Amino acid sequence: MFTKRTLAAVALVAASAITLSACSTSEATAGDVDASTATTVEDFGGMEALIAAAQAEGELNVIALPDNWANYGEIKALFEEKYDIVVNSADPDVSSAEEIAAADNLKGQDAAPDVFDLGTAVALDSLDYFAPYMVANWDEIPEGNKEATGLWVNDYTGSMSIGYDSNSVPEPASLDDLLKADYRGAVALNGDPTQAGAAFAALGLATVHEGGTLDDFTPGIEFFEKLNDAGNFIPVNVTGATIAAGETKVAFDWSYNNLAAAATVDGWKVTTLPGAVYTSFYNQAISKDAPHPAAARLWQEFLFSPEAQNLFIVGGAYPVTIQALQDAGTVDSDALDALGALEGELVTPTPEQAENNATILAEKWAAAIG
Amino acid sequence: MSASRTAPVQRGETASTRAKPANQAVRIGAEPSALTRRLILGIIGAIFLIPVIAMIEFTFRNGLAGDYTVSHWTGLFSEDSARTYRGLYQAIGNSLVLAAVTVGIVLLLLLPTMVLVHMQLPRLKRTLEFICIIPITVPAIVLVVGLAPVYSVVVKVLGGSTWTLAFAYGITVLPYAYRAIQSNLDAIPVKTLSEAASTLGAGWMTVLWTILLPNLRRGVLAASFISIAVVLGEFTIASLLNRRNLQTALLQVSQSDPWVAVIFALFALALAFVLLLIIGRLGSATLSRRKS
Amino acid sequence: MSLATAPAPEQDGVEHSARHHPRVALVKPSNRRRRLAYAGLTPFAAYVLIFLALPTILAVVTGFFSDDGTLTFDNVTGLFTPTIIATFGSSFWLSGVSAVIGAVVGALICYAMLGTRVGGVLRTIIESAASVLAQFGGVMLAFAFIATIGVQGLVTVILRDTFGVDIFADGVWLYQVPGLVLPYVYFQVPLMVITFLPALTALRPQWAEASATLGGTRFAYWRHIAAPVVAPAFLGSLLLLFANAFSSFATAAALISQGSQIVPLQIRAALVSETVLGRENMAGALALGMIVVMVVVMWAYSVLQSRTSRWQR
Repeated sequence: MFTKRTLAAVALVAASAITLSACSTSEATAGDVDASTATTVEDFGGMEALIAAAQAEGELNVIALPDNWANYGEIKALFEEKYDIVVNSADPDVSSAEEIAAADNLKGQDAAPDVFDLGTAVALDSLDYFAPYMVANWDEIPEGNKEATGLWVNDYTGSMSIGYDSNSVPEPASLDDLLKADYRGAVALNGDPTQAGAAFAALGLATVHEGGTLDDFTPGIEFFEKLNDAGNFIPVNVTGATIAAGETKVAFDWSYNNLAAAATVDGWKVTTLPGAVYTSFYNQAISKDAPHPAAARLWQEFLFSPEAQNLFIVGGAYPVTIQALQDAGTVDSDALDALGALEGELVTPTPEQAENNATILAEKWAAAIG
Repeated sequence: MSASRTAPVQRGETASTRAKPANQAVRIGAEPSALTRRLILGIIGAIFLIPVIAMIEFTFRNGLAGDYTVSHWTGLFSEDSARTYRGLYQAIGNSLVLAAVTVGIVLLLLLPTMVLVHMQLPRLKRTLEFICIIPITVPAIVLVVGLAPVYSVVVKVLGGSTWTLAFAYGITVLPYAYRAIQSNLDAIPVKTLSEAASTLGAGWMTVLWTILLPNLRRGVLAASFISIAVVLGEFTIASLLNRRNLQTALLQVSQSDPWVAVIFALFALALAFVLLLIIGRLGSATLSRRKS
Repeated sequence: MSLATAPAPEQDGVEHSARHHPRVALVKPSNRRRRLAYAGLTPFAAYVLIFLALPTILAVVTGFFSDDGTLTFDNVTGLFTPTIIATFGSSFWLSGVSAVIGAVVGALICYAMLGTRVGGVLRTIIESAASVLAQFGGVMLAFAFIATIGVQGLVTVILRDTFGVDIFADGVWLYQVPGLVLPYVYFQVPLMVITFLPALTALRPQWAEASATLGGTRFAYWRHIAAPVVAPAFLGSLLLLFANAFSSFATAAALISQGSQIVPLQIRAALVSETVLGRENMAGALALGMIVVMVVVMWAYSVLQSRTSRWQR
């Protein structure tokens, strides 16, 4: 980092030598509150003031939130409608790592991301990028699902599932089934596991089903190596588009994503393998360099409100405040009934395990599928 | 077959009647027969057409259903497309702004420098050429590694608007724009013109504005068009600096709606073809004018 | 992006520059005016310095520093780890194969174009088409090939359903390095046409006539006269194609999403996952490796080019 800064200083001297343009840094403050350092809604002086400050900014930049991911399409639309704030949705299909890279590259620009939605491994590695914030219903979020100062907060979870095109391939009943000739060139991941949370989780699922533990994803990596050697692995990122176009016929992905695909693509079905169920929360965080700091905080408040949390359920995901919703009777019970409870032998990596495995993947993944 | 039958006759002819213009299509020893030519161009042309045809076919596909539909095309003009493709239209706007600013850089920075060097500092001509060719040796993917820190400063000084990316694009178009302008510059008898003008008492600024620039119209147009074509096709720098332009938006759209992405790709391809066809016409027009 | 694809309005402009060179500008410039002229260069010089020289230097120099700013050769020696060497190997293989195929097919087109009229309809169309297709590399090209030979591609489906040939019987190679060859050839061939056509059309008709007059066969003409003359140009164009493929990023980025099998993708991975992998400055070292290769190739190209231009006068 030091190097970059030193070199950047060189660049600054060179640039200012010819640029007579005045510095035009627009500090986004609303009224007398510095939104970028506010850690609760009280710092704004209440919800009304926060809304006013956010509306004064007028826009919110989100990144890596596909419309068909955990119902984010509806959630973004509702936010726009409710607060009259334009949601700029950049690069919906990038990985968690690319979200952070975007924050780096766009630092100081109007288009920089305001909020992140990150896989655990990347989130824990990127604490420097976050601004702490505690939403109004902070207490409804279970203790283990948030960083103590509010740097990151779990938002929703789901289980790792296998989606498949039932028109052209049979339903897989075990991991080893996927090695059969029926699945030639068919099995895909949602992203590169060294960068993307969903693909990382797929490796975790494969690991536990291959008899390994979450301490070390090597068995999972070896499974995908076998899959690749058999010619069954297709190195294409699963998106709604690849499913709809028939390019990826079997997809390891979060249950909510596969359910969303099943709702729109005829013949797309979802299954979970018998045995361990791999779940993992995504992490919501506000960028400390957010160009729209108030809107970012309003988004956070909105996302953890019963309204948006219920929309996650509609989209097939389990929101972090689900217990509180059920206790208060505000849960969308129709949607929850349709989804069913998250049951079985649930496994989730600890933050340490996530970090260790990120290192292991960085070492071994490229070689395994090269 | 046909080659061996006709060749001797024609060869004899050309050998004896070689007073014709060199560029007339007379068959001599080096040339293929008309049949060979048609075969080669026909087969390779057909192979090169396949992906384009496949793209067109793809835009009429109806997903997994396996039949055809025009809904992907009609969907472009429907009411709700505005929200769905908001990002794409915005990105097209960005690319057009970038193309315009890049052309501006070519016209306001490169062109005056080239003219200046040509007229006043001919000794620097080699150096200038060398500099303008460097971007071929330093690929965009390498440049972007160093551009990231540079842009973190540029953004502080100029703000983070879309158009600032054009500074990087001005570099990537440098070899193309240089070549287009230089070949035009070389074709004008600068010395004769400027001597004539200065005999009549004109200063070199006057020569520049009233004589040189009007004569450089074609080269400048060609440079502008090729710059536009390059900027509209640029992906590497925009993608790795997380900027939004036509190409990054196309990739993004393709992940939710591949058909629309392909439709827009076809449009972009057609536009590029027209632009470059115009350059081709400009080129041959200059050529024939000079020949006459 | 591809290189040198601008159809220069005139191919033979260079020679004219020699003739019209204003060796003595208008009047002998005074010292003051000369200084003014140099001053006029500063905007462009500053621009090139900031947006070309500085990024290039930054890209290369960061490779020699560690995360905390101390001088280190770890990143550069990191280039010689098996993974990175394999990456450079794939890049060489891909660039080499696509360059050779592109050069041979492109040269064939150039041969077919011999004798067509400069500025004629056929020539203009093919030259424009070549310019477009040479610029076609990138995201759109990836789309085209997914539509053509993707799992559900037009050609894949026709071959499978009509001829019973499954091109992906051993796995889907389109999204791996071998799958890049066809798309790359698609922009290499047009680039070959653009760069090689001027050299081939510069063959003097008189040589062919002389050869024929002396009773030489067409084969003898090609073997003893034409081939030696165009060989440097052919090799030069081949090198340019190699460099073009070596530096190409967008097509691969749009097609390959697992692993980083070629150098440009490795650079992307190093840039994106620096926080995860803790290899902040590996991108710089990779950039350095790439520049070294490019400089060698382009140097050889310019040597061959200067040999070629002798014949084009």
